[in-house]
Amino acid sequence: MSEHVHRDDFGARLGMWLFLVTEIVLFGGLFIGYSYMRYKYPIEFHHGGMELNATLGVINTLVLLTSSLTVVLAIVAIQRAEKKRAMAFLGTTLGLGLTFLVIKSFEWAAKFHHGLYPNAPHLATLPPGEQVFFGLYFTMTGLHGLHVIAGLSVLGVMLWWVATDRIRQDRYVHLENGGLYWHLVDVIWIFLLPLFYLAA
Amino acid sequence: MSETIHSTEAHAEHPGYGTFIKVWVALLILTGALVGVSHLGQTYAVWGLLTLTPLKAGLVFYFFMHLKYEGPLLKIVVLVTLGTLLIFFALLFSDVAFH
Amino acid sequence: MTTHAATAQPQPSYLVDTGSRKGLMAWLTTTDHKRIGVLYLYSMIAFFLVGMGIGFVMRLVQLTSFQHLITAQTYNALFTVHGVIMIFLFVIPGLPAIFGNFFLPILIGAKDVAFPRLNLASWYFFMAGAILAVLSLFTGGGAPDTGWSFYAPFSLKTGTNVSLAVFAAFILGFSSMLTGINFITTIHRLRAPGMKWFRMPLMCWALYSTSWIQLLATPIVAITLVLVILERFFGIGIFDPAKGGDPLLYQHLFWIYSHPAVYIMILPAMGAITEIIPTFAKRTIFGYGAIAFSSMAIAGVGSLVWAHHMFTSGMSSVANMVFSLLTMIVAVPSAIKVFNWVATLYKGSIDFQPPLLFALTFIFLFAIGGLTGVMQGALAINVHIHDTYFIVGHFHYVMFGGTGMGLFAALLYWFPKMFGKMYSKKAIYASWFPMFIGFNMLYFGMLILGMMGMPRRYYVHLPQFHTMHVVATVGSWFLVLGLLMFFGALLYALFKGGKAEDNPWGGVTLEWTIPSPPPLENFETIPTITHGPYHFEQESK
Repeated sequence: MSEHVHRDDFGARLGMWLFLVTEIVLFGGLFIGYSYMRYKYPIEFHHGGMELNATLGVINTLVLLTSSLTVVLAIVAIQRAEKKRAMAFLGTTLGLGLTFLVIKSFEWAAKFHHGLYPNAPHLATLPPGEQVFFGLYFTMTGLHGLHVIAGLSVLGVMLWWVATDRIRQDRYVHLENGGLYWHLVDVIWIFLLPLFYLAA
Repeated sequence: MSETIHSTEAHAEHPGYGTFIKVWVALLILTGALVGVSHLGQTYAVWGLLTLTPLKAGLVFYFFMHLKYEGPLLKIVVLVTLGTLLIFFALLFSDVAFH
Repeated sequence: MTTHAATAQPQPSYLVDTGSRKGLMAWLTTTDHKRIGVLYLYSMIAFFLVGMGIGFVMRLVQLTSFQHLITAQTYNALFTVHGVIMIFLFVIPGLPAIFGNFFLPILIGAKDVAFPRLNLASWYFFMAGAILAVLSLFTGGGAPDTGWSFYAPFSLKTGTNVSLAVFAAFILGFSSMLTGINFITTIHRLRAPGMKWFRMPLMCWALYSTSWIQLLATPIVAITLVLVILERFFGIGIFDPAKGGDPLLYQHLFWIYSHPAVYIMILPAMGAITEIIPTFAKRTIFGYGAIAFSSMAIAGVGSLVWAHHMFTSGMSSVANMVFSLLTMIVAVPSAIKVFNWVATLYKGSIDFQPPLLFALTFIFLFAIGGLTGVMQGALAINVHIHDTYFIVGHFHYVMFGGTGMGLFAALLYWFPKMFGKMYSKKAIYASWFPMFIGFNMLYFGMLILGMMGMPRRYYVHLPQFHTMHVVATVGSWFLVLGLLMFFGALLYALFKGGKAEDNPWGGVTLEWTIPSPPPLENFETIPTITHGPYHFEQESK
């Protein structure tokens, strides 16, 4: 078929948003579980929250917010055909994403060091509500971490495509969609910060 | 047709770097405020969570995720999703809150 | 009628390999929505036959003399596997994946779905999930014995291979979500010129609302199943009462998806019935808007009734009353559809053909399933019949009598279009009799057993239940006989059937304007739509 291949950028973005719907509901299920348990164990969740390092949580928030900014700036750069600048912005995002993971791993390591992980003998001595708190903490930050890794892989491909001109001024819906995914990862963290570090 | 297939012309005007940097500054300020109120006590922390966090998420959705510049359909998609989750919450708490 | 025969170079049918790959490889790498629909059809019929065989064995066990053949543990595995196969591999994906894929683009005048490669990926996810589900039977600690609902805390503690089965369900959920994304985007973006929302055939509305449930509910069960796996491997404690977790939370999260899943199952079947009835009544559908909106209403309200599965689980009485009320409300849009179908038939010039027979069977059996459902929505009755055979009878009336018969009706209706072959109508009529009689003996028998107090999922039964168990088991033999005759007739037609006309039923929606089987790109030129979907000429005179 030699007819022109019709490209539907809006359709592609619609598809991406519908995928994000499933991600929002996926984490929504966890947030529902969180509020159920928090309602049941308000005091234990407070104690659990005291054990977490709020400073690291806030630093990671700043890291992710900034990485979100650089993604959206990369799109502006592509729209203006500033290829070098777009690559620099995307590179910054990748760096910040990795920083987030490094900080997160230090945080997890400290919790493991203190015996605060599921099935740990020490955790089993704590009240049931706190065990649930740490169960949720590891599940939700862990699943979020997996999404960070997935997002970084996607953005890594985007960087490659910008470099090889597969993404350019007149054709950048993939970068937009990759960016959308990364912003959603950011939004989820925006909710995780107060739930675990600040308001628990 | 209710939506036109050729939507590319809707993209004619793109926001510049400045808009997004301003939004980023606002997000940082809100994060600072959130940390601040959480030190005032449990009640303030919860109210901060319930007001400032959705505001931050809203800014990311509206500007960074370009919802501001999209037509009504994507906005409706997001609202339907959040509305559904809210109803799930409400119905679940019709059980939890009356135990 | 159609005029395409006059066109100079007709496109080859989609069944002819035109690419560089031939035979099986051409099918396994296809991105053509029609071939993907056919791939789903073959795989799902295979799973259905396996599930049917397991059900047949379970009924044999209830004739007490066969109990020495299998152990109680095997029986637990059998009803779990029967449920997992039938629900996750047949009724949930059935109509959208087979007929949605094949006909949605054709019905709205498109060449394919919005994301053809994603569509193929969905089929591979489906097959991967299916294979993992089958593997879970033979690996690890043996076939899961929790029932298809994987209730915590038993699912967290049992030594059987729950983790793999649950992971399989997770993958299947992924396939279902991707299909939903594809359909919604297709309907929004690829309608032919002039195909306004309210000119779409009602099957499209049904698929649209189904896709929305798939997007908004499936992720909840996905995360719930992930939590079960994490619980089994790492002991995170969220559902484990010993660690402060709450099994009731599991039930909530599970049913937030799994009740809407019932509407994922039934809505596309209703959509197919809505296509069939106008074609054979030769008049436009009664109440187009009411049916379109009732699809959306079922999707909406149906997502809010999940906890009626939990009336005896120890919820608050406020929640019990809220969910009982919502359950009653969801019956209204379903009933609206039934009235509209019947009103469409009224004063129509009815052409009685096998698809219409199965469509009427659908309405009859679904009405019984729906009414017994309303009974269970009432709190007082629910406490009495919860976890009895009444529930089993009810959901088989809805899922098999509803979705299953709807799928068979759709298959009979569209089979000539899909394969360009016509089956023997006599053979289909002959298969209907044992199917219908056996169905009602089996499942109405279960309704009676449930009212008498026979609990579900029991390996043995008390002597006072024996007579009805014998009736039900004999019914299952008739049912299986009818099903085998049905599939046999279609299989024979596939190889030896006569050539089908392009429009054997006199239908007026777009699929009947193109050749049977459809050409590779569906339409020579994309049609322009100027009127609603069920525009019969003799009627407008």
